[in-house]
Amino acid sequence: MLLDKRKHHEIDKLMESFFRGWSLDENQYVYPGLNAWKKDDTIIVKAELPGIETDDIDISVTGNHLVISGNKKSEKLKDIEYHRQERRYGEFSRTLFLPFNADPSNVEATFRNGILSVTVPRAEEDKPRKIAIKTN
Amino acid sequence: MAEKVTEREKQDIKPINDAELTRSGRTYQPDVDIYEQNEDIFILAEMPGVSEKSVDINLERNVLTINGTMKEESPEGYELAYSNFEPGNYLRSFRLSDEIDRDRIEATVNNGVLKLKLPKSQPEQRKIVVKSA
Repeated sequence: MLLDKRKHHEIDKLMESFFRGWSLDENQYVYPGLNAWKKDDTIIVKAELPGIETDDIDISVTGNHLVISGNKKSEKLKDIEYHRQERRYGEFSRTLFLPFNADPSNVEATFRNGILSVTVPRAEEDKPRKIAIKTN
Repeated sequence: MAEKVTEREKQDIKPINDAELTRSGRTYQPDVDIYEQNEDIFILAEMPGVSEKSVDINLERNVLTINGTMKEESPEGYELAYSNFEPGNYLRSFRLSDEIDRDRIEATVNNGVLKLKLPKSQPEQRKIVVKSA
């Protein structure tokens, strides 16, 4: 099945109006779809990845980059006749720029019912520090 | 280098006979692969967020309907900052051209993909004798 390349106008709009400081990679055709939530110094990202095995998903965090990539493999089946082939397979990668530098050693990920959930905490050294003002 | 996978926007379903669904929220048309292997028809439908408990499969006459609910809640206390997808329902119907042995239908859900095995029923021997005039 060839991939249907359709622009994500809706996303672009969301990006502009909703949350400055987040941006996506240059690729305007995005896979997988992502949702992200924020609370204080933690970001939760969920990605729709139906039909992928955990071993075929890679998550990496460097500085303020979160990269979700992998390979969706198709089943190799013999002696079959397709009626329809709409599901898409192949390599994918998406980069999300976080609003802070992350702590890579405390990133947690779970995968359930085809939805990947990644929790990314802010690095301790990236957190703002209150500066005490000395009085003479 | 394998082909890069990109996503179509999720397809909202078209209202059936202009009738809306009673349940509010978005309803998507899941992407499917359908193939025949030996005497079985297989349907694989992508329904991320759906588990074996939140999917209904119905075969009425020769129309097969799959209906799944995405059980995916927002993390509590968090504010949505960026969104590509909304929770909703998945709904799709197919008209089957072959007789299906209902008793042997098998359904599994794995990693957000519903897999249905629909065994064709053995055709009855019904020979039509052509009489000569």
